[in-house]
Amino acid sequence: MKNNSSFLQKLFFFLLLSNASSGQDLLDELDKNIEVPKQFSIATFKSTRVINGHSVETMAKKHLDFRIAHRFGTLGNGAYELWGLDNATMRISLEYGLTDRLMVGVSRSSLQKTYDYLVKYKLVRQTTEKGSPVSITAIALADAITLESSPSFQFYRNIERFSYVGQLLIARKMNENLSLQLSPTLLHRNSVEDVGEANTWAVLGVSGRMKLTKRTSINGEYFYRVPLENGRIGVISPTSLYRNSLSIGFDIETGGHVFQLHFTNSVGMVERQFLVQTDGRWLKGDVHYGFNISRTFSFDKKNK
Amino acid sequence: MKNFFTILFFTSFATSLFAQNQWICKDGTTSFFSATAVEDISAKNKKVASLLDISSKEIVVKMYINQFQFTNQLMEEHFNENYLESDKFPTSVFQGKIQEDIDFKKVGEYPISAIGTLQMHGISKKTRISGKVKVEKGKITLDAKFDVLLPEFGIEVPSIVVAKVSEKMAVTNHFIYLPKP
Repeated sequence: MKNNSSFLQKLFFFLLLSNASSGQDLLDELDKNIEVPKQFSIATFKSTRVINGHSVETMAKKHLDFRIAHRFGTLGNGAYELWGLDNATMRISLEYGLTDRLMVGVSRSSLQKTYDYLVKYKLVRQTTEKGSPVSITAIALADAITLESSPSFQFYRNIERFSYVGQLLIARKMNENLSLQLSPTLLHRNSVEDVGEANTWAVLGVSGRMKLTKRTSINGEYFYRVPLENGRIGVISPTSLYRNSLSIGFDIETGGHVFQLHFTNSVGMVERQFLVQTDGRWLKGDVHYGFNISRTFSFDKKNK
Repeated sequence: MKNFFTILFFTSFATSLFAQNQWICKDGTTSFFSATAVEDISAKNKKVASLLDISSKEIVVKMYINQFQFTNQLMEEHFNENYLESDKFPTSVFQGKIQEDIDFKKVGEYPISAIGTLQMHGISKKTRISGKVKVEKGKITLDAKFDVLLPEFGIEVPSIVVAKVSEKMAVTNHFIYLPKP
């Protein structure tokens, strides 16, 4: 009898305590009833370009990127040429997100009066927990030289003016400050201006960015190129005028603009131009100052 | 004595099984808004979760920062990456207690206020939130509004955008609670 009542006493107090819900208990109870949302890595890079080359980023759905880029003459030209500032090549582009993963773009460059067109698709997005360790974006580009035929660069048919590039951009946001990217690339151009240069190339890009503050970063980019001849790995001609593209830059992000300021040995901003037609030599002062300015406009009226 | 405890024992069961003390909201809406001469900022989170205990009058609200949706994707990216730093502080939580003596079983509309801790961006602050609650059969609706001053939660607005981002955000909440099964 006595044992029974003391057992019931303990049971009663146990139940009383288990019914009481303190703030923390209530929060724990809430946690049991909600699911943690999947976290995709955002802002691996601040812009769709690292410096010259593409990053894994695309424009969001119904967002338009208006880009203006300049590359100036070489620093080695000295004070008379204002270290290259007197000679500028320009590129103006419009890039638009059809969906959150698919982007299309069109640009016009003053160098060789080139138009280029792109389609870019985010295949895989990096997640913070289970899922992919990297983001992978595929891009297909074509460019057309609209410069009139000249004795040094003769076009017999319009198709000869075209070049094509396919890239797989693979990037990982290592932490909040550091992102790294590999860009294996295949390039083919229908006609070649310089004797001895190949039509088809395989290029491997290595690029990255390191944030200095919340809104600024240092970016670097290098493209290692290998000519392909008859489908096999060739050798770069010893008399080739060209070298691998190497660039270093500084990004500043303010509200809707991203300013990218850099030094590069490539004067061209179209893939064909900077991947396989870079003729600047860093050690000889053939370095071009340049910048990209990107401004994002949103045409997404509805709140999702 | 034994009878007394036996009755109390069964009563305590009754409290937990039949009175339905806990009410849950799994897709509440929290939105915030600020207007400056240059730009309006607004975002909505439609996946806010909250638990209301009508016997202890305690309330908890929890939301994931990366579920706030903006019309401008770039604004959403900056909100997460630069302002709220949602990778470091993924959630915002309010834990509080309702001050008024409200009979949640009686149908009607009542003004309501809660005092508790609001935690955001890694900083906790004692906050008083007021609003109104509407009790209907099988449903409790809570509407509450309050202002958040960004500097109080360590959220910095850089001088370059101070004309566009106001330091005071007006936060609006709308939660519909159903009995927790």
